[in-house]
Amino acid sequence: MARETLLTLAIMAALLGTVIVAQMMGEGFVITLATKATIFALAGVGLNLALGYGGLVSFGHAAFFGIGGYVTGILASHAGAGTAVATLPFTLMGSNQMLGIWPMAMLAAGAAALLIGALSLRTSGVYFIMVTLAFAQMLSYFAISWPRYGGEDGLSFYVRNSFPGLNTLVPVQYFAICMALLVLALIASSVIVRSRFGLALQAARQNDQRAAAVGIRPYALRLVAFVISAMITGLAGSLYADLNRFVSPAMMSWHMSGEIMVFVILGGVGRLAGPVAGAVVFILLEHLLGGVSEYWKALLGLLLLAIVLFAPGGLIGLALRRDRHV
Amino acid sequence: MVLFIEQALNGLQYGMMLFLMAAGLTLVFGVMGLINLAHGSLYTVGAFACAWVAAATGSFFLGLVASLVAAAAAGALVEVVVIRRLYHRDHLDQVLATFALILVFSEGTRWLFGSFPLYLTLPPLLAGAVTLPGGVQYPLFRLAIIGIGAVVALGLFFLINRTRLGIRIRAGEADREMIAALGVDIERLYTIVFALGAALAGLAGALVGTIQSVQVGMGEPVLILAFVVIIIGGIGSIKGALIGALLVGMTDVLGKALLPGLFARVMAGSDAATVGSAVASMLIYILMALVLLVRPQGLYGQRG
Repeated sequence: MARETLLTLAIMAALLGTVIVAQMMGEGFVITLATKATIFALAGVGLNLALGYGGLVSFGHAAFFGIGGYVTGILASHAGAGTAVATLPFTLMGSNQMLGIWPMAMLAAGAAALLIGALSLRTSGVYFIMVTLAFAQMLSYFAISWPRYGGEDGLSFYVRNSFPGLNTLVPVQYFAICMALLVLALIASSVIVRSRFGLALQAARQNDQRAAAVGIRPYALRLVAFVISAMITGLAGSLYADLNRFVSPAMMSWHMSGEIMVFVILGGVGRLAGPVAGAVVFILLEHLLGGVSEYWKALLGLLLLAIVLFAPGGLIGLALRRDRHV
Repeated sequence: MVLFIEQALNGLQYGMMLFLMAAGLTLVFGVMGLINLAHGSLYTVGAFACAWVAAATGSFFLGLVASLVAAAAAGALVEVVVIRRLYHRDHLDQVLATFALILVFSEGTRWLFGSFPLYLTLPPLLAGAVTLPGGVQYPLFRLAIIGIGAVVALGLFFLINRTRLGIRIRAGEADREMIAALGVDIERLYTIVFALGAALAGLAGALVGTIQSVQVGMGEPVLILAFVVIIIGGIGSIKGALIGALLVGMTDVLGKALLPGLFARVMAGSDAATVGSAVASMLIYILMALVLLVRPQGLYGQRG
């Protein structure tokens, strides 16, 4: 465990160090890449809670990522136009304050997860994978066919939302916000995993019946874990929307779900820093392989295949030379 | 009324096509316990094989044969090289590995054939429309797809219930170790089942590619619909796949055709049509949610 903590710190330090060096050398593009990796890592930290610790293989987390993004985009575009988002049951004005947008994004993602989770958790195993995938796809089709907020073309807003005391349009300052949230999410998730709730969740993953026999109700536990997980991923979606100042149904597509899953698995399922390592390596690969060939995704596919077949513990498992501890 | 019959036939045709996809998926899951995301890639392989062979030889029927052969061969190859190593792994590894296969397949196809869609021309034998009783004009080729789906469904029922191979498949579903102990070459059986499922997906790809177009990524939306079909029908059941596919096909097509109009009757303004089409696009998922509420294991699925 101690080695894993060290490794976690080392990975975070590497990410931070890269940005500091890039800032000194004036490489704005590298900072944006690092910000993207940080946001993806946050999305992965969310999924890891459900997938790694809860054993819930959700193939639909892009839905929550996209909901977080759309909440951000919709609030920001209304704030830009000075119109209300809704007038019933109460007047909800647009907003361009991140501190106001984040809770809304997380609430919306959490509410969707409550509904989707309540239905999906009636099933398990391979059904659960397909059901979550199908619900995410439903939301993505809805976003495509709902023309008010851009439909298939997506929705752009022109100014990044603001944060008190910072200029969010300066890449390094926006990176700092994302990094701080990632650190908070990592701390929160390590606290959750060690809490009574987290232990019961992991017990239910390892043996459903044994957990039930000692008085744990797996369904309720899993639903709570699923909702928290979705809220973190929703927050990441909000940050991602702000990074690009653009949201589109692609954020909800199943490719996105697959990618969030890849961050977690590439890094190491059920490892605290797994999603961080996974997201950083994914962005690096995208960048490096993208330079090698136009068809870099095929190379990525082969690499993923090799990892699944020959290194099932992911990168962190490889680094710690232990089997997956899930 | 004419519109309704036409749309119902479209729904039937769509459902039959979904059945071709879902049958392979559900067989592979039922027998091997494997979730295969790359099933949509095999559909794409079939479509491209058909388009390529039909263009090279000028014969659409040779193209159809090619789609079966190419998809079955690709399926068998993938099974032997990759999938075989995944049977004893958990579903997570299967999802990731087959997701990786999708990336390899779709970029590979893009590299071979480019990003532009290919189009297939119908042979004169299947082109044109027929007049059905009641005066409805309907394209012959779409009727042919309904026919092919029905033949495949009958063939599969016969194969599973009446032949030696079918007995082995069902036995493999029930108890893998036991039938291996009885001297059945289980690895070969798995390869055959996988290739069979792949061939059906390839055929579906070729048929749909003829109606629409053949392009990279065409298999992905269909794959997700096939998932919805087997969730509704129950995993592992061919009968469930057939019923589920017809339900999904009908619901989707009729919903998209009728809902915007229905909404316009009860709602005022130009919003009605957009609300209607947005709801129509979610209709099959709502159907899925309802089935999950009542029978989480699907209509014909077994618990556990």
